[in-house]
Amino acid sequence: MIKRLLILMIAFLAAGSASLQASEAAPADSAKAINPKEIIFEHLGDGYGWEVPFSHEKRIPLPVIVFGKDGGIHCFSSSRVAHGATYTDGDATFKIGGHDSKYKGKLVEIVDGEEFRPLDFSITKNVAGIFITAILVVLCVLSVARWHARMGHKAPRKGVGLMETAITFIYDSAIKPVLKEKSMKFAPYLLTVFFFILFMNLLGLIVIFPGGANLTGNIAVTLTLAVLTFLVTNIFGTKHYWKEVFWPDVPVWLKFPLPIMPVIEIFGVFTKPAALTVRLFANMMGGHMIVLVLTLLIFIFAPMGAFALGLSSVISVMFSVFMILIDVLVSCIQAYVFMMLSCMFISFAQEEGHESHPKHETVTVPDTK
Amino acid sequence: MELFTPEVGLIFWMFVAFAIVFLILYKWGWPLIIKGVEGRADLIDKGVEYAQNAKEQLEHAREQSEQYMAEARKQQAEMLREADKMKSQIIEEARREAQQEARKVMDQARLSIEQERKEAQQQFRNEVSTFALDIAQKVVRDQLSDQKAQARLVDSLLDEMEKQN
Repeated sequence: MIKRLLILMIAFLAAGSASLQASEAAPADSAKAINPKEIIFEHLGDGYGWEVPFSHEKRIPLPVIVFGKDGGIHCFSSSRVAHGATYTDGDATFKIGGHDSKYKGKLVEIVDGEEFRPLDFSITKNVAGIFITAILVVLCVLSVARWHARMGHKAPRKGVGLMETAITFIYDSAIKPVLKEKSMKFAPYLLTVFFFILFMNLLGLIVIFPGGANLTGNIAVTLTLAVLTFLVTNIFGTKHYWKEVFWPDVPVWLKFPLPIMPVIEIFGVFTKPAALTVRLFANMMGGHMIVLVLTLLIFIFAPMGAFALGLSSVISVMFSVFMILIDVLVSCIQAYVFMMLSCMFISFAQEEGHESHPKHETVTVPDTK
Repeated sequence: MELFTPEVGLIFWMFVAFAIVFLILYKWGWPLIIKGVEGRADLIDKGVEYAQNAKEQLEHAREQSEQYMAEARKQQAEMLREADKMKSQIIEEARREAQQEARKVMDQARLSIEQERKEAQQQFRNEVSTFALDIAQKVVRDQLSDQKAQARLVDSLLDEMEKQN
């Protein structure tokens, strides 16, 4: 194993020195220094087109849908505003904000030389990624459902079996023990959340077309999911749950005349979805960022000579592979954690008064990172 | 900081996509799968229980059949013994009864013989007495006529008597 690694390292060093000779032949190119921050944020963020491998110029065009200042809906292909081009649709003129713009990388409408951000409902790279995820989730789950409808009680194999195993694992080991007899009521939501997040996470790790969109590393996506959990928790909350929020079971001086505990409880109602949002977002974005930084290290070290280039290539590729593998694990864990926490929040709001229950303030959930 | 400011469009599309996926799976996905999986689990449980029961019953049946066999064998032996006993008893009884019957018959025969003998004796006595009376009559009748003739008569009567006997 070590011998093989050594051979690999030497090969990289050789390749590095070769590329150095090439760059010496054209010293003008090396002056165009790379900007790691910009590259990282471009990859982490959203875009109006979808990158294709081996090309920095070409993008898969996606539809842009905006409500302009003039009150009309404008739909056009993102290829029309690619590379800083402006596009005029009727009375409105659009372009993508440049480097010095306040709306860098976002579609802006130009009115009298000023840039405005219109209401943007474009099918961006992330939106397209969400649609692909949605289709995949529906297909995978319905394949299991179809199996049950057609094959009765026969054991499924291969992909269907894998999906069914995952579904039963989540349902039997996470949802049922927590929600008990109410599990059938909330299982559809929780299972959908789990598989949606899992598929988004895993698609984010694939670098080329169907994947590559940093979905769960985008705060809008995790915020939507957390708000949904918040709504499910509070809409289906029992009387006892609301009583515990506004008039908790603590000594009277803690809630009257100064409502200390109710304020803390109400605060807690809102911190739960916030924690859900940030946990998933930060974990997934962090993973992507580390891989990007590791990859960029090669280019940062490249001007320092052949040896530095070769060594940094070997090391950062090794670490990138390691990080990607960790990210596969984190993808599953974070999907599970989000679902599990949602499940627990919902179950807290399902408590009935007559049964004795553990105080939920004391329940601590181990963070994975 | 653009990473931390959520885009309205993305939130909207995320919500729409999630809602559609949720509704589709709520209608045609999860309930069917969960019901199917639980139904299968029940079926397997029932199958295992059934097999266990069947195995137990089989073992039980085997045990019972062995027990029955042993019992039957014992019963058979007992019956044979009893039959043997009964046989000898019946024979014994039959013999005893036969003996009794025979004795009874013999007793009766003896009794009737005795009676007949007695009757015959009585008859004989009666007859003898009649003869004696006859003889006496005749003797008495002849006595009156002649001495010699009386003697003759007595002789002839005696002869007659002798002949009769």
